Amino acid sequence: MKHLLSIEELTTTQLTSLLDLTDHMVEISGRPVPKVPALRGRTVASVFFEESTRTRLSFETAAKRLSAETMTFNVGTSSVNKGESLRDTIETLAAMGVDAFVVRHKSSGVPRMITEWTDASVINAGDGWHQHPTQALLDCHTITRSFGCGNDLSGRTVAIVGDVKHSRVARSNIRAFTMLGAEVVLVAPRTLLPPEFIDWPVRTADALDDVVGDIDVLYLLRMQRERMDAALVPSLGEYSARFGLTSQRARQLKHDALVLHPGPMNRGVEILVDPADLPGSRILEQVRTGVSARMSVLYTVLSGGSVPPTGGAE
Amino acid sequence: MAVDRRAEVLSATDVGRALTRVAHEIVERNSGVAGLVLVGMQRGGVWIAEELARCISRFEGQVEVPVGSIDVSMYRDDIALRPVVPAAVTDIPVDITGNTVVLVDDVLYTGRTVRAALDALLDHGRPRAVQLAVLVDRGHRELPIRPDFVGKNIPTHLSDEVDASMTGVFVVSTSIEKAAGKRAAS
Amino acid sequence: MKSFVLRGGTIVNPDGNTETDVVVRDGFVVAADQSHGDLPVIDATGCYISSGFVDLHTHLREPGKEEAETIETGSRAAARGGYTAVVAMPNTDPAQDAVHVVDFVRSRGERVGLCEVLPSGCITIGRMGQQLVPFAALAKAGVHLFTDDGNGVQDPLIMRRALEYAGELGVVLAQHCEVARLTEGAVMHEGACCSSLGLPGWPALAEELMLHRDIELVRLTGAPMHFLHLSTARSVEMVRQAKLEGLPITAEVTPHHLSLVDELLTSFDTVFKVNPPLRTRGDIEALKGGVLDGTIDAVATDHAPHSDHAKEQPLDAAPPGMLGLETALGVLNTSMTLSPRRIAEVLSWNPARIANVADRQGRPVVVGEPANLAVWDTTSALVVSRDHLVSKSRNTPYDGMTLRGRVRHTVFRGELVVKDGEALK
Repeated sequence: MKHLLSIEELTTTQLTSLLDLTDHMVEISGRPVPKVPALRGRTVASVFFEESTRTRLSFETAAKRLSAETMTFNVGTSSVNKGESLRDTIETLAAMGVDAFVVRHKSSGVPRMITEWTDASVINAGDGWHQHPTQALLDCHTITRSFGCGNDLSGRTVAIVGDVKHSRVARSNIRAFTMLGAEVVLVAPRTLLPPEFIDWPVRTADALDDVVGDIDVLYLLRMQRERMDAALVPSLGEYSARFGLTSQRARQLKHDALVLHPGPMNRGVEILVDPADLPGSRILEQVRTGVSARMSVLYTVLSGGSVPPTGGAE
Repeated sequence: MAVDRRAEVLSATDVGRALTRVAHEIVERNSGVAGLVLVGMQRGGVWIAEELARCISRFEGQVEVPVGSIDVSMYRDDIALRPVVPAAVTDIPVDITGNTVVLVDDVLYTGRTVRAALDALLDHGRPRAVQLAVLVDRGHRELPIRPDFVGKNIPTHLSDEVDASMTGVFVVSTSIEKAAGKRAAS
Repeated sequence: MKSFVLRGGTIVNPDGNTETDVVVRDGFVVAADQSHGDLPVIDATGCYISSGFVDLHTHLREPGKEEAETIETGSRAAARGGYTAVVAMPNTDPAQDAVHVVDFVRSRGERVGLCEVLPSGCITIGRMGQQLVPFAALAKAGVHLFTDDGNGVQDPLIMRRALEYAGELGVVLAQHCEVARLTEGAVMHEGACCSSLGLPGWPALAEELMLHRDIELVRLTGAPMHFLHLSTARSVEMVRQAKLEGLPITAEVTPHHLSLVDELLTSFDTVFKVNPPLRTRGDIEALKGGVLDGTIDAVATDHAPHSDHAKEQPLDAAPPGMLGLETALGVLNTSMTLSPRRIAEVLSWNPARIANVADRQGRPVVVGEPANLAVWDTTSALVVSRDHLVSKSRNTPYDGMTLRGRVRHTVFRGELVVKDGEALK
């Protein structure tokens, strides 16, 4: 596997191999000295055209735990703001010797475009509304390991609640969850669903109350305040009333149901209870797993080994 | 391409005898089992470490020698030269610091995996000593590494493959063409 | 070459096809006589000879964006595509909203001399949609087609006034149908594909809503109107209906909307970003139906050159548009089966009428007519290569594709400007 651009491009075997490899990375991350020499001499450049400190730090921590060199391209103070083209930026960095680019951009498809301009691996750290594959990996890992169900989510239902339309997290997770056998139900007003998704392997519900007692995982999406200005919801208050996790809805959750959120949370909008009071909350676990999942991705694209269908060195 | 030839060099009984002897040697060399930890190298060394522990508790009474397993993929020197995919997650149930670790593998060949295992082990603590036990030493070392305990020395050709399991040890002779690519992999 | 004989071809005229020599001398098609045996012979075997093509929709980019195209390079691309006249879109910088700008474009085109460059005019100053251009002065300067292309005229009051005012001048307004509020940030067709790619969608409704409004304004004002680059099935149906009702409207489609589907954007290649966007297979079939039954009057290229630099931006930032002049015939002929007569109609005769140049373009190929000719076939295969275009830009979506049918020679004002597919000057 040379790049990781989209969950859509993974086979189920590749997805589960990445999840299994994440177990190794969790073990490494749990050591007193959480570092292995696997990627010594490799350089990972994080190029975030859209700032996200937490995702960037997660990737850079992952790279360091694998002993890779890291290079941070700070768009805010760079020549991008002086009109340098995307291609020039990438070619310039590549000339410094980069083995993997970790790219985030507000526009869908940029990581794929970059693969045309460099021989380095490209890892999508979030592009527009399109994909955020490492988020899906860490979410799948968090969920499957919480349930202790291997890599198998069949018979389980995940509700993805909120702004699916503008969410790269939702697009990645819908695919990943269903690949592992889960049933996915989207809970959102019509304005926050994509214009056309009949061929998606999902069902929909109009209100959280309709499903909250039946689901195994409640996946809350971040509701961005600017959506209100675009007339997508009448008010954040009305949104919270229909789709927010209130304490009353929290009580209706199944006793072993998990609650996840990709962060950063909008308290008082999509989540109206203290996550610390939710026994099923895995929100901090997601952050922890994030580093390990990204180690798994970095190792896979940079170790030159594709994840073979049947494992086994020697 | 030539047909592979598969020759049995140790029978299942031979393997059992060899491991029993190695278990005795380990105990003898270390004057008992105090502070001893057996760590099997993924994948082929794990069953042997478990077998050695069983032997030891059989003749040493009710003592339980701790057994762990270690995956050395992240420490290999051939990452990116070929696919290196970890097996099971490293699991060392006790703190190895101050203890004597016996690294266990099935076949000792170039020594590169053992080199990686030493590095991996040291990231888990600072053992008092590390010893190496293998079921088969087939020669062709590329690093200055020698085993402390050997089940059987078996001279092999570079192109041979050695297949070791509880059911016996087999040498598979393959054609040169096919073997050329596998050399770096072992 | 000013005097020559085109031999071996089939002449395509409104009254039928004939197989005979075409003798060109001093700018005109002349009668064959004894002396023409001495003239150089240009081989047209297996080709059709029709009036030169007329493009209602060309972005020449000069003045203002000469790094993407100039009037010279655009004219050469046009000639290579069989065009002897192109309507230059007004979204230049400065925009073609004043007499001196259109004079510049026209005279530059004359100096280049590869095809007739017909400047269009804006409907509103700077294409800002607020203040009407001096229609009368521009009409006097020879402008016949007025459009804010690139933008639709959003304000229904402005559009009504423009139709009322310009209608009596005998000129025609051309609309780029797009309700801008519905397409903010849009990158591609709104549908299943944009949903899964996470790209902002450009709904068909944004085109249809303005088309509907303007058809009603035509009904109200009686002024004629031309609709640019229609892209949806419902648009075709609305035009069909309006024509049945006798309204004075005409419509064009582009070769790319007849051939390329929105799913090409799954590559995230900005070469496929165009406005209006590539649509669905259903839309493509409906557009073809419109071309076949005459609902659609013209196939126009919307030739929109952009530098590699501009196109190597993220999809949301990259400018929309693709090249069209050099591949139009091949794409049209590869996408659908049309008679040579219908090809000449949609590429030459009808657009010449709409552009009001039917006195010299889109004429029958008969003795005494000005020699603006295209010599083309519908059978030879041609692999498009972005590196073998004469346009200054490279943004063709057909790179590497094999097209059936090509332009072999182009004759502009009696001069052979393209011979065997290559521009002679």
